[in-house]
Formats: sequence, structure tokens, C-alpha cells
Amino acid sequence: MIIEKSAIAGTLESSDVQVVVEPGTGIELSIESSVINQYGRQIKAAILETLDRLEVKDAKVTVVDKGALDCTIKARVECAVYRSCGKSAAGLPWGAAIR
Amino acid sequence: MSKVITRKKPVKNRLRRTMMFMNAQKPGLIKDAFIYGTDSIILDLEDAVAENQKDAARFSLYHALKSVDYGDTEVIVRINGLDTPHWEEDIRVVVAGGADGIRIAKCESADDVHRVEEKVLEAEKEFGVEEGRTLLMAALESPKGILNAYEICTASDRMFGVAISGGDFRKSMHVQIQRGGIEMLTARGQMLLAARAAGVQCFDTMFPNIDDMEGFKAEVIQNHQMGFDGKSIVNPRQIEFVHKTFAPTPKEIAYAEKLVRGCQAQADAGIGVYTVDGKMVDIPFFEDAKRIIALAKACGVYHGDL
Repeated sequence: MIIEKSAIAGTLESSDVQVVVEPGTGIELSIESSVINQYGRQIKAAILETLDRLEVKDAKVTVVDKGALDCTIKARVECAVYRSCGKSAAGLPWGAAIR
Repeated sequence: MSKVITRKKPVKNRLRRTMMFMNAQKPGLIKDAFIYGTDSIILDLEDAVAENQKDAARFSLYHALKSVDYGDTEVIVRINGLDTPHWEEDIRVVVAGGADGIRIAKCESADDVHRVEEKVLEAEKEFGVEEGRTLLMAALESPKGILNAYEICTASDRMFGVAISGGDFRKSMHVQIQRGGIEMLTARGQMLLAARAAGVQCFDTMFPNIDDMEGFKAEVIQNHQMGFDGKSIVNPRQIEFVHKTFAPTPKEIAYAEKLVRGCQAQADAGIGVYTVDGKMVDIPFFEDAKRIIALAKACGVYHGDL
């Protein structure tokens, strides 16, 4: 997917994660997390894996994590990406690209 | 990769004393939803989710359904009303995620049920889910919904129950919540009659003021006396009292046991109507006694050998 415009998903509440995606060149990822020392690698892997699954090659991704589970990280990254393409409202590929 | 959860095939007639609402958009809530011991949870895509977060809530919901093991807690999703642009995509994600059932908000007619059913079947085919797996229940929130309760209850084989939704209903009737529930007495009664006539379950509305435990308890007791199967709740603190109130008492269980045993002996001897403890009983008493034993077993309060 091509990131056409900047989009945001998620909140700064506990157990959530806020994801901002913007047009970029290559994947440029920045992560801020209260549990970066313990889970930084896992958070990064979840984000990159999700972007890869959605075939996002070029994006600037800014993540502020508040202790989210992997399933929440995936949900927020996907939502931000689909929002940036204006395709988040209907006809989503549940169980295919989103899994 | 973490394990992907596949839920057991949903059962239409099961214990549903408490159905607890949870905002599908709040990750902090949905991950722990099953630990409280509620019989069913209702992950909400409707009123709890802001209009501009409907899309985000579906992503959260999908991954919660696929990655959180809710075990024996039933997982129902409340979808947006049929007058919104959201409900069809809601149905797709619910079916794809493998939830047990759908709560149709603001249901007013059999036609509403049919519209949902048609989309559910389409989604089951699209996502390779067993056809007929996804159950339905309807929330009646208007006078029209109450008046059409029977046609709604009988509109689909997937229907397992109806619930009245007090907030919207009271507004449309120009009444406020009252101690004793007189403002909804007719509606509750009419819905109960329709549900029993149709052979589906019947649930009462949630009690909004979680700090008023006394008012809550009075309403739960009345619900039980009226014949409801359970109640919508909004806070885990409300679970215990509902479960206790809806479980048969030791006295009821002992009497039911006596009836079941006695009735069998009488039937074998070819007697139709007979007496137990000086009271006349016949076949409907026997059926009810069996229901009480089954309910006691489901509630975990039966320790006999029937």
C-alpha cells in the first residue's frame, strides 16, 4: 500500500499505542515506549511485520506506546495505514492482509 | 506469531445471567474481559465508540477476537444500527473474527432481523465460516420494537433472545427511570410474553447508576421474579448479585429433585395428576422441575445425582 497522506490511530491511554504514518522514503520508524528496555525489540518486530504484511514500503512511522499488547499494536498500525489511503471504512480484507 | 484463537461452535440455549458491555475500542478493557466471570460479554461497536473511531474499533475487535482466549465466556458483538453506514462492515468483521453472536441495536421488525441475517450469511460464505454458526439477538429500544417483539423473536433460526434497552426506550416513552420500574412494566411484560411464546431467552436492560447498589439489587430481584433469563450489566461489580439471584435456591432444588423422582414413578404407574407434599402436580411441574435442575447445574450449585 502507498501512504498517501498522514494518518493517526490509537490513543495515549494505558494499554494503547498511538501510531502516526506519513509519506516517506523507505521505512523510517521511531518508537517511544515506557517499556522500551524490556519490549522494544518485540514492539518493533510487531510494527515491521504488520507494515510488511500490508506491503508498505515507504513510510515515516511514529509510535508512542503505552504498554500495548501485540494485537493492539497490529490493530493500530493497520488502522493508520488504511486511514492514510482512505480505505479504513469498508471492504477490509479481514483474515487476509489483516490477520 | 502468537496463537490464533478458534472458538467453539456457539450454543443457542445456554446460561446468560449476565451480559457485560465492553467498549471494543478500548484495548485495556477487552483484553481482560473474560476474567470477571460474566456469562457473556458484549463487545460494543455502537454507542461506546465515537463516530470517528468506528473503523479503529473494528481493527481492535478483529485482533481481540483472534488473539484473546475468552474460554467459556460467550462473545457477542453489538453492531451499529441499520440506519448508519457502519453495520454492514461491522457484520463482516464480526463473522471473520469468529464471534459467537451479534446483538442488533434498535431492532424494530422482523425485516430488520432479515437484513442482518442476509449479510451474516454473505459474510459466512465470504470468510469460510460454517453457515448458520453466527447467532443473533435483538435489542428492542422503541415502542415499535416492543410491539413487534414476537415477529422479531421468530424471524430467524439464529435468534437466541431479545433484550430491552432502557435508555432509548424511556426517552421514546417520555418517562424517567423509576424505583419499582413502573415506567417499563408493560414493555418488559410484553417482551417476556413474546420471548417465551417464541421459545427464546429474554434479558433486561442495564442499570446505569453503578454506585446505587440498592436500586440495582431491587431491579435484579424484580427481573428474576418477572421471568427474565438475565440482565445486561456495565460493571463487574454487578455480576455477583445477578448470578446469586438467578441461581435456584437449595429449597427450590430439593423440591425439584423430589418432583423429578416422584413424577417418574407415578408416570410408570400410569398416574397423570398426583400430589407431592400435599400439593397437586402434573406434567408442566415436572418440566419446570427439570429446568430448575438444569439451571442449578449450569450455575454450579447442584450437587445431587440427577
